[in-house]
This record gives sequence, structure tokens and C-alpha cells, in this order.
Amino acid sequence: MGLWLTGYAILMFKIAVILTGVLLLAAYLVLLERKLLGRFQARIGPNRTGIFGLLQPVSDGIKLLTKEDVIPQGAHRWIFLFAPAVVAATALLTFAVVPMGPDLHLGGRKIPMVVTDMNVGLLYVFAMASLSVYGVVLGGWASDSKYAMLGSIRGAAQMISYELALGLSIVPVVMLAGSLSLVDIVEAQAGRPFILVQPLAFVIFFLSAMAESKRIPFDLPEAEAELGSGYHTEYSGMRFGMFFLGEYVQMQVLGALTAVFFLGGWRGPFLPAPLWLLVKIVLVVTAMIWIRATLPRFRYDQLMDLGWKFLIPAALINIVITGFVMVGI
Amino acid sequence: MKELFLVVHSLCTGFYTTLKHIFRGPATELYPEYKRPLPARSRARIILTVDPDGRERCVACYLCSAACPVDCISMQAAENPEGRRYAAWFRINFGRCIYCGLCEEACPTAAIQLTPSFEHADRDILKMVAEKEDLQVDHCGKDPNYNFYDHAGVADAIRPKGGHINESPPVNVRTNMP
Repeated sequence: MGLWLTGYAILMFKIAVILTGVLLLAAYLVLLERKLLGRFQARIGPNRTGIFGLLQPVSDGIKLLTKEDVIPQGAHRWIFLFAPAVVAATALLTFAVVPMGPDLHLGGRKIPMVVTDMNVGLLYVFAMASLSVYGVVLGGWASDSKYAMLGSIRGAAQMISYELALGLSIVPVVMLAGSLSLVDIVEAQAGRPFILVQPLAFVIFFLSAMAESKRIPFDLPEAEAELGSGYHTEYSGMRFGMFFLGEYVQMQVLGALTAVFFLGGWRGPFLPAPLWLLVKIVLVVTAMIWIRATLPRFRYDQLMDLGWKFLIPAALINIVITGFVMVGI
Repeated sequence: MKELFLVVHSLCTGFYTTLKHIFRGPATELYPEYKRPLPARSRARIILTVDPDGRERCVACYLCSAACPVDCISMQAAENPEGRRYAAWFRINFGRCIYCGLCEEACPTAAIQLTPSFEHADRDILKMVAEKEDLQVDHCGKDPNYNFYDHAGVADAIRPKGGHINESPPVNVRTNMP
């Protein structure tokens, strides 16, 4: 009984730490993005709230929380209220399987530095990514707005086509690691990170994961210029904030997954393991901000062309080549 | 193959351009801390100026009021004992003013002028209505030497008939008789 309670307490503690860290990081990623984007455009970015604008996320949060929560008259009330939670929750849940470091040994107890080491962790990650589409689709559909509807249709089509490439690009990694568990995948990169042996898979994964997280240049579901703001046109206050939070947590998820699959996860010299993971996440996110600052939005047919005619065939060929090389060796 | 090279090359150029901008530093001027000196002819707060000899330039001719596209200028003309017109009251509603400068162009005496001072926002719109004493200043504004009465054909104690700039003395028409 006592043992069970200790395990439960440790699990709760881990969840609390990860949730706090992820949410805090999401808030400051917004600031980082605005600051960096400002620099890329020869501006300064937010600098009025606190020193260097460090309190900007706090004031943004207060603003979002105190704004009126508008529900359109024709909206499907319960689905409309529920959709933002799906986006934020699925993004947060993905972090349950991301390993933060090697096992800790405290007082004769082995404490894994991951909330849960699932043997099908990778499938779980993809399941969560697929579920987050429901938030977008239901949110847009329930708003009873043409722009939101168009945005969610685009979102659904885009995510279905990019999920294929995303899944296929990871297959070589699974073949090399011989496991679907994220912990084992990181273990398998003890010698060299997989980006060195699978550069093509890395490029395909990164591109389709960016499309999956709906960021510029793949932000067709929310294309401001064409659709108002797409699937979250009708949302306001903290419900919009949940979509926003979901997007930034998804950026972290993308960073964490890129780190786990290709950059060696928490592995690295000198610094402690969780810090290495953090550094890698921030690096990937910075790259995404740089891409956002540089590239314009894709046209819809270009997006589909890239997904179906380039990424998926390339991923398939990559699997075949990896298979041949492995069998040859 | 050539196409692929083109794609890679244009991608690299794009990313290099944005990267360069990070090291270029921001072009922003932080406004309340740094106030950029505005050109003397930039158009903001309106003033009523005086002659070089210190008298009100405005002769209450209503031309600015007529030129104003938003009808924000109103006044009441009056005449002082020496025959010089002036505005008994003069009112500009800055809540309506669009700072177009047409009043300045219309003014024959260079009395009404726009200045670069622009920080006059207020939460109470009634505080934006400026009366003559708020508008009247004691300097000549952008036209330091201009005095309408030096040019106009109105005779007064200092400038008799024919004593103005570019004006010939009056001719006695009777001397032209045969």
C-alpha cells in the first residue's frame, strides 16, 4: 500500500513538473517568437511590460482571461465549447511519453524520467496528433461561420495528407531502433543521432510536422488574408487562448519529437539531460520561427503537391533504401 | 537538375536575407523616450500668430472658416476704434480638425498657422475645443517678417496712402488734364 502511494505521488509530481514546464515554456515561446520575428523584420518586438517585455505573457494571459467569451447564436453550443480543449489537451498529452533523461535512482528506487514509458509510444504520439484534428474540425464546424467552416475543411484535408508522410518518415527510425518506445529510440541513438544516418527522413518529418502544427508556411487552415482567421474566427477570450496555447504546445511537441527521433533526445555532453532536451526544443522552435519569418504561405494546390507528390514517395523510397542497407549489413 | 538548383538557391537567398536582418538591428525609434524632431512645416496644432510689431494678424475675414473641409473653425468679426478688424471670439474644434492645412493656405494675413506640436490627445472630447486665448501666441510663427498692413492698400496712421510696399504715391488725376 505504502509502495503504491509513493509511486502515485512520484507520478503526480512528474506530471505537475512537466505540465508547469510545458505551459511556462509555451507562454515564453510566444514572447520569443514575437521578439525574434520583430528582429527578423528590423523591429524591436514587445518591450513595454516588464524589463525586455518579460511580463508580456502574463499580461496576455490576463487579457485573454478577462475578455468576453462570445458564443455565436447559430453555434452548436457544446461542441463549440469543447473544441479548444481538444487541441490544447492532445498537445499536452503528447508530452507523457517524451523521455526527459536517463533513469534516476533515488533511495533504491528506479525513477524513469518520463511520465509513462509505453511500448507503443510512437503510435500514441500519432494518435494524439490525429485527435487534435478533431479540435480544429469540430471548432470550425460548430461555429456556424463560413470562414471557420472553410478553415476546418482545409485543416482536415491538410492533416490527413501530411499524417501519411509523417508516419512514413518515422518508419526508418523505428527500423533502426527496433522499437516503438520513445525511451528505446533515444537509447538507440547512444552512438550517433539519427539525423546523421537519416537526413532525408529528418527533412520529411520536419516538413510534415510543421504542416501538422499549422504554422506558416502551412497555415492554410487559419490563413488570415483569405479566411479571416480560419477555424478560430468565431472564438474569443480564453477559448481562443486555448487554440493559441495548443499551437505553441504543439511547437514544443514538434521540437521534442524532432529531438527524440533525430537529435538524440536528452543526450549531450556537460549539461544535465533535461536541459539538453530543452536546448534542442528551443533550437527547433527557433528554426521554425526563422522559417516563418522567411517563407510565404503555400497555395492550396502547392501544399497538396508537396505532400502527395514529393514527401510521401520520398518517404517510401527512404524506407526501401533503409531496408536494403539493413539487410545488406 | 537545374530546377532543383534554382529552388535550393532561392531558398538559401531567402533565409540569408532574413538572417541578415537580425544582425542589422531594429530601425525602431522608441517614441516617448525619443521624440524625433519634426520638420517646421509638418502639420499639427493650429496657432494664431502676431505681426512683427506685436499686433494680432487675424482680421476675421472668415476665409479659413470657409476653406475648412470639416467646418471646425468658427469666429465672430469685430472692428476696433482705429478701423482694424479682429476676431471677437475664435474657436477651433480640434476634435473635428483633420490637420489638412487648407486654413493656413487660405489665410491672407498668415495669421492662422499649423505647428509640429502634435501631442494633444484627450479622453474628453470637449477639452479639444480651443478658444482664441488657447490659440493666440505672441510670436510670428513661420513668417517672421510678414506684416499684412505693409502690403495692403488700407491707409492708417503709420502707413498713409501710397506708403505701402510696392505702392506708388497717389497721382492727382487732375494734373493729367490738358
